[in-house]
Amino acid sequence: MSSSRSEFWQGVKAELPLLVGVIPFGMIYGVLALGTGMPASAAQAMSAVVFAGSAQFVTAQMIAVGTPGLIIILTIAVVNLRHALYSASLAPYLQHLQPYWKWLLAYLLTDEAYAVAVIRYQREEQQPPQSEPCDPGQANPAPSKDKRHWFFLGCGLALWVCWQLSTALGIFVGQVLPDNWSLDFTLALTFIAMLVPVLRDRAAVVAGLTAGVVGVLAAAMPLKLGLITAAFAGILAGIWMENRK
Amino acid sequence: MNIWWILLLGGLLTFLTRLSFILLLDKLSFPAWVQRALRYVPVAVLTALVFQMIFIQDTGINPSPLNPRLISALLAGVVAWRTRSVLLTILTGMAALFLVQALL
Repeated sequence: MSSSRSEFWQGVKAELPLLVGVIPFGMIYGVLALGTGMPASAAQAMSAVVFAGSAQFVTAQMIAVGTPGLIIILTIAVVNLRHALYSASLAPYLQHLQPYWKWLLAYLLTDEAYAVAVIRYQREEQQPPQSEPCDPGQANPAPSKDKRHWFFLGCGLALWVCWQLSTALGIFVGQVLPDNWSLDFTLALTFIAMLVPVLRDRAAVVAGLTAGVVGVLAAAMPLKLGLITAAFAGILAGIWMENRK
Repeated sequence: MNIWWILLLGGLLTFLTRLSFILLLDKLSFPAWVQRALRYVPVAVLTALVFQMIFIQDTGINPSPLNPRLISALLAGVVAWRTRSVLLTILTGMAALFLVQALL
């Protein structure tokens, strides 16, 4: 029985491994932001209002060198362009929701929450859960499909709380975890664990490899545009492979 | 510009970007070819992120087969494939990373 609450906690649980890698990022951001002369209140508020790691890093760096505000705002917009891709990718799963749910989940749509939620939704599609046959006698026949947004909420909120706390740690403790612990790499390892089951056919493998290689070659592109370039290259490669059959 | 305005407008733009298609899909629906393309977004984005975390270092691209992160990732991939366990994957990967970094 998949109630809203159990979906929510499953989302939190699925997000936990990613938090290990997110904490150092949040702390480094906090320290970096304070270093620009930004007041602690603004540094913390940015984590809540913008809530996007890479954009916050770029902002802190631009503030430090006295970049004009308008340029900073445009830069934030470009760095976060990839979120439009995530938005399109998740939209079909959230279509049935009330507007306030869409607004809330859009606010929580980060790389890390997107990754966990979308992988779960895709796997559900490929292998529908062994739902018990429709029982007309049941008072509240809530199909698990309609509770899926609670899973996303769990992922998003877990990450949100972690991001706020690690920012605060960076700001108020003023220190970061030692770099040679390489905790950030747990993020890559978690993504690997999530990716392996998704690489089920040749088209997916080709899409992934292409995106990976292009992502490395295009990493020098400014403003995280390399990631979008890589994503589009991967999509094209996947479709090409699909059509070859 | 006041830092608070930067923060507010930057946050608003970020939010609208994230909301864009989630809200728009009510009014329009994706054509079939877009839906097909979107299926590849997760695998493409995640692999690109992983490859960047493995190969991009402060000094640039590190293509060495002895790159500790590459060795760790390959081992983690095997563990993920055999066990399907996120926790085991992370533990093996981090153990391998520490070990290789200590040895090299």
